[in-house]
Amino acid sequence: MTVSAATAVERAWAVSSAVADPELPVVTIGDLGIVRAVDIDAQGCVHIVLTPTYSGCPATAVIRSDVVGALREAGFDQVEVRTALAPAWTTDWITDDGRRKLSEHGIVPPSGVSAIVSASGGSAARRVDVALAMRCPRCGSLDTLLVSRFGSTACQAMYRCKSCLEPFDAIKPY
Amino acid sequence: MSEPTEPTAAALFTYALRLGDDALVLSQRLSEWASRAPEIEEDIALTNIALDLLGQARALLDYAAVVEGGTRDEDDLAYLRTEREFRNVHLVEQENGDFAHTIARQLFFSTYQLFLYEELISSTDELLAGVAAKAVKEAAYHHDHAALWTVRLGDGTDDSRRRMQAAVDRLWPFTAELFDADDVETGLAAQGIAVDPANLRARWERSVSDTFATATLVIPPTVWTSHGGRRGVHTECFGYLLAEMQYLHRLHPGASW
Repeated sequence: MTVSAATAVERAWAVSSAVADPELPVVTIGDLGIVRAVDIDAQGCVHIVLTPTYSGCPATAVIRSDVVGALREAGFDQVEVRTALAPAWTTDWITDDGRRKLSEHGIVPPSGVSAIVSASGGSAARRVDVALAMRCPRCGSLDTLLVSRFGSTACQAMYRCKSCLEPFDAIKPY
Repeated sequence: MSEPTEPTAAALFTYALRLGDDALVLSQRLSEWASRAPEIEEDIALTNIALDLLGQARALLDYAAVVEGGTRDEDDLAYLRTEREFRNVHLVEQENGDFAHTIARQLFFSTYQLFLYEELISSTDELLAGVAAKAVKEAAYHHDHAALWTVRLGDGTDDSRRRMQAAVDRLWPFTAELFDADDVETGLAAQGIAVDPANLRARWERSVSDTFATATLVIPPTVWTSHGGRRGVHTECFGYLLAEMQYLHRLHPGASW
């Protein structure tokens, strides 16, 4: 690969990674680890591999078209987006920068490692059932209560702080 | 992955359809709870679960369409098949009933689906393994949700225990069908593609019994069992579900926004 081709790939990667998540616009899809691969073929067509977060995440289609739009605007006329199911997305792929942005926005990022520890031979390990106290993003209290494991988006759970009484969202381990 | 041979392709189409239809039909049932659940958190939970299942259904039906040869797409399969062409089990098409009935149905199905996906992760079929690896995490949350509510209602007030037990009694006859296997499953399982559901039964029974023990519920005696969904024979309520699910698409074919 020539230097300019490598630079173009880097630029395409940067442009697509900078697309904001439509449901959590404080983070980019790069922060979430949704962009899996970027390549440019001999004809100049950009090939992007994206991975959906949850199976039914309604943002997937929007992200797809936003990525194509952003790349076109940056001068890449030919764009092919492919969706890859495997390896399955995990909250472990959210970058440190992404975690910081979520925290600042009042959404508690996931702690520890992914919900499912993948094991070879098909016997996928179950989730670790030890739940740590969730820290209130507003007042810092650990005296919080899980209200529902299902929240405003597929990836969030709802909590309430018993100290400041405010509700808050957290990204659940997945 | 090598090109599937002719008989394998036909079996693979049916298998993807069976798994996809289970997810699609249960998703449709759960979405009926939108704006009607006992509390807002439950409204959100049940419709979140419906959304997960819809995503799984789309991936599986899209795959079925590809395996079939591409003459139909996921929408054709979801919206333009008739009742006798659907391959879902009877359990998922049963009406929501009261909240206890919905929870009993969720417990039975999510336990089955969790164990199924855990095995399907090792499928030699890349697409099925990929769907399973993602969906197993969702099924784990669905199972937790159903198990927690089963205990809450079963080991709750006299009224909640009575209603939870009534729901279990009503839906129990529909659980045996989850483990039915014919040439499609056994043939594909022999090739490492599918999971033979009969192998999931012992684990499923153990898990459900454990939850029932905590919930002070009893497994009812098996008087009869319901079968036939995998062959396209359905219970009466299914036609009404399909009518609601399909009428808009049939009224405005190909409409988009």
